[in-house]
Amino acid sequence: MSMTTLARTAPAAPAGHARLASWTLTLATARRVLAQLRHDPRTVVMMLGVPAMMMILLRYVLNNPLELDRFAPVYIGVFPFVVMFMVAAITTQRERGRGTLERLMAMPLGKLDLLAGYGIAFGLVACLQVTVVVVISLTWLGVTLPGSAVPMAVVAVLDAILGMAIGLFASAFARSEFQAVQFMPALVLPQALLCGLVVSRAHMTPFLSWLSDVLPLSYAVDAMQRISGSAAWTSAITADVAVILAFTAAALVGGAFTLRRRVR
Amino acid sequence: MRRHGDVSAAGVTSTAEPVIRGRDLVVRRSGHAILDCLTFGIVRGQVTGLLGPSGCGKTTLLRTLVGVQQIAAGEVSLLGLPAGHPELRARVGYATQDPAVYTDLTLTENLRYFGTVLGLRGKRLTEAAARTIADLGLAGLEGRVTGTFSGGQLARVGLAVALLGTPDVLVLDEPTVGLDPVLRRDLWRMFHRLAGMGATLLVSSHVMDEAARCDRLLFMRQGRFLAEATPRQILARTGAGDLEEAFLRLATRRDEAPFTGDEQ
Repeated sequence: MSMTTLARTAPAAPAGHARLASWTLTLATARRVLAQLRHDPRTVVMMLGVPAMMMILLRYVLNNPLELDRFAPVYIGVFPFVVMFMVAAITTQRERGRGTLERLMAMPLGKLDLLAGYGIAFGLVACLQVTVVVVISLTWLGVTLPGSAVPMAVVAVLDAILGMAIGLFASAFARSEFQAVQFMPALVLPQALLCGLVVSRAHMTPFLSWLSDVLPLSYAVDAMQRISGSAAWTSAITADVAVILAFTAAALVGGAFTLRRRVR
Repeated sequence: MRRHGDVSAAGVTSTAEPVIRGRDLVVRRSGHAILDCLTFGIVRGQVTGLLGPSGCGKTTLLRTLVGVQQIAAGEVSLLGLPAGHPELRARVGYATQDPAVYTDLTLTENLRYFGTVLGLRGKRLTEAAARTIADLGLAGLEGRVTGTFSGGQLARVGLAVALLGTPDVLVLDEPTVGLDPVLRRDLWRMFHRLAGMGATLLVSSHVMDEAARCDRLLFMRQGRFLAEATPRQILARTGAGDLEEAFLRLATRRDEAPFTGDEQ
């Protein structure tokens, strides 16, 4: 054990006075999350493969090109949302449960560094995930769109990031990884029922229709339905996207508030 | 830059002047006092042992010092700043009882991430990682995922993270549990070497044979201190043959006030 290099010289960090976020620490956190994924190839394969697998299943279950064209964009928006919700909720819960969150909170890391780091890392994964499912849909499965695939891909990535943000926020309320897993059916399945995927929102009772209006996934599905129905980007799509972004921002801010440096 | 010089300028020149101070510190959890009105002072350049049975509040006290525990009453300060002050986050090293490192990252990836969070960059980061790997006898394991490490190796990774930023204050929660006796001896030597270089160490343990290795002791039971003195003073005061016996005698006596050794 050599201690010769341990000179007690300048401080390791410049004084950690309150600053909102640091790019270096945000990127270091994103790199760390991606490195964790790299060491877990099975998870990566599932994150990239499961939405694609569901699309392939949908193609053969519907077995009708016209219906597939109508439904495919909606599912492309929903699967990444669901997958990213779960991955984010469980990863964050694991960070809490294993004490690394407490360690980071005792270190000069801003809460926003952590959240933005997660956002960048999972955002990149979401891009990959959406690319895989879109390419498979448009080539092998023969889905045709009225316009370009870009709006659909952009909205799908935003949906995935929304799922991640809500997952991060939800994890604050889970005491164990087991509870975090339960949040998937508890928070995501009701939205899947109410978002217009199963029954058109116009045919719901007033209460359910109101409930549908305040749930974020409804806007994700609405945007995708509009994209599959028209070649041009419309102001209604812009409005949906604005709502999706607002929910994402609210969930991230909520997540920052639930990350506490001091606990009881 | 703030460093020892500033601390001396503020009046902390002699080693007898406490670097860590607590006054009437109370921590409650669901109405029950976990820390019951603790007043203490821990001096620079020494290894102070926090000894007591498991469940007596040791970990809560250490968490309070690193600023991740809410306090109900009283004050705690380190290096003249209130515990949890942003400026302390890079100057106080903390090793939790459970390793609190990423078990899905390699040793080097863990050290580089936490080192970056502590403000180390480039060559200084590489040197700090190499130094802690050598100090903790982890050479040869750099590229391995820490989840494959033995319990003792993993515990040392947790310690390595605490030592990365050459902190002024080291708060170590049961750092030597389950380690091989040779390694344990080496670690205690390192603790004293760090203290010799001016660091302040607070090391908790529930094993009494570690008490004799400390310069000064805090004996703790049921959220209160039984004694705050050197091992020699405690033995002289209680007339016990060893520190285990001394702890017993202090725990069963009638007077409430803790035994405080005279300042040397």
